[in-house]
Amino acid sequence: MKVAVCVKHVPEGSPRLDPGSKRLDRSGEGALNHFDANAVEEALRLKGSDADTEVLVVSLGPAKAADSLRKALAMGADRALHVSDDGVAGSDLVATSKVLAKALGRESPDLVLFGQQASDSDGAVLWAAVAERLRRPVVSQAAELSLAEGALRVKRQTEFGYDVIEAPLPAVVAVSDAINEPRYPSLKGIMGAKKKPFDTVSLADLGIEAGEVGEAGSQTEVLALSEPPSRGDARKIEDDGNAAQAIVDFLAEKRLV
Amino acid sequence: MSVLVFLEHHGTELQKGSLGVLAKAATLGGGDVAAVLVGGGVSSLAPEAGKFGAAKVYVVDDDSLEPPLPQARVDVLAKVVRDGGYDTVLFANSVLAADAAAGLAARLDAGLNWDLVDVELRDGELVGKRPALQDSVLVDVGWKAAPRLALFRAGSFDAPEGAGGEPEVENVTVELEDYSRGAKVVSQEQEESSGPSIEDADVIVAGGRGLGAPENFTLAEELARALGGAVGATRAVVDAGWYPYAAQIGQTGKVVSPKLYVALGISGAIQHKVGMQSSNVIVAINKDPNAPIFEFSDLGVVGDVHEIVPKLTELVQQRKGS
Repeated sequence: MKVAVCVKHVPEGSPRLDPGSKRLDRSGEGALNHFDANAVEEALRLKGSDADTEVLVVSLGPAKAADSLRKALAMGADRALHVSDDGVAGSDLVATSKVLAKALGRESPDLVLFGQQASDSDGAVLWAAVAERLRRPVVSQAAELSLAEGALRVKRQTEFGYDVIEAPLPAVVAVSDAINEPRYPSLKGIMGAKKKPFDTVSLADLGIEAGEVGEAGSQTEVLALSEPPSRGDARKIEDDGNAAQAIVDFLAEKRLV
Repeated sequence: MSVLVFLEHHGTELQKGSLGVLAKAATLGGGDVAAVLVGGGVSSLAPEAGKFGAAKVYVVDDDSLEPPLPQARVDVLAKVVRDGGYDTVLFANSVLAADAAAGLAARLDAGLNWDLVDVELRDGELVGKRPALQDSVLVDVGWKAAPRLALFRAGSFDAPEGAGGEPEVENVTVELEDYSRGAKVVSQEQEESSGPSIEDADVIVAGGRGLGAPENFTLAEELARALGGAVGATRAVVDAGWYPYAAQIGQTGKVVSPKLYVALGISGAIQHKVGMQSSNVIVAINKDPNAPIFEFSDLGVVGDVHEIVPKLTELVQQRKGS
């Protein structure tokens, strides 16, 4: 069986939007999106000790995204595929899903996993667009996942409780960050990662024209950046023994008690 | 502009979030607004949509589509958009709606802007508002072409019942894609809440890991009682079995916007924030001065909940008693 995990390399610290390009400034240090670590962990758990199962990690991003792929390899993934091309920068959902679906399509995985959210863009929808392009069933918010006889079973957490959902493979699943605790790469894992297969492909390798992706291939645009409305007179105090009284005074002022 | 709104229902109730988006769409000034309803027995809910501004409701009343799965909904929406010539499709965020919106975006190669908190027509062009990077910057977003898809943050709009009339109802039949029939809901566990519903409460006192132990939820319960409110909980404590799922507030769980939200020992992870950030006034008590919750609280108190909350409850009781 082949399990592909899509991972994103995100800026660390307090990322900013570049006022010129209005894109996220990706020039600083980055790391594996921590929600994606849950997806990598789940793939490794499904693989267990089965040597016939391959865990492939896939990332679409700048050269530095290789660091996040290496981290996933160090956690235990078997192989990495990096789609790296300057033409990809500025891609929105339509364009990003197109490239990822192309890259995944070549690999024909039985299962494609995503984490529940990108911590930089707060995007939490990519899997559904990729599943649509691959024409496969999709389940999101998986709090539990198991496989049996060519099908998967997911316990999906929703606003109302849990749904148990079954779907035939191949399929796409986005896991919740409640599904597991991702392992830390061991020293042995980190050393071993350097020897694992690592493919880097360009848009041309995937047969994608430049105009289909990047800003040219995107259907949405950023028009302007501005300061958000502040929360009025937000304040923060340290408890000096009188915090309870300070809260009551605040609530009285707001006519809430 | 011709706007279509994806209406979500649960049981026999239309969801407030999607009605809010419908009401907003009806006041945009872009002409008549239509809605889509998919599920078993939804025909009877269509007239209700008229009260919130739908001039027309497309209905797929089919018991086999009642399970809340997104891909069949993509098939329905794609057909309605194409046949009806709609250029704008709006969704209120939910586990179901987010997946349906993104699937539709890929199907139609259409732009989807998500996490929007508002939308307006500016010189005839649709402009969305999205707070980004932990709400530190407000981004105006647009669409280069139709169809334009938008997914709004839960709780972005109120759903005032207007004077709208009886909507035109059109029944739609859709041929589903093979892969849209792949996933099946085999069982559902839904916990019903006891006590005051947190979705309707004016005051919510919510507890997180910082309470330290399940029995300390009595702190939250007593303060909630004194303030006349309901008790909420984070996913972390619900997962740990400290409090029932019905009280869970967040991305999975309930989305609330009370007049007052008191967060006790809650760090303010994105999963939780999504469910309560549109509360009018937020008061947070947490011993970690760097907890993210302080970034979106009106009053942040760095301190020990076990010290502060009993005193606070007593002071509130005194005030109410006097």
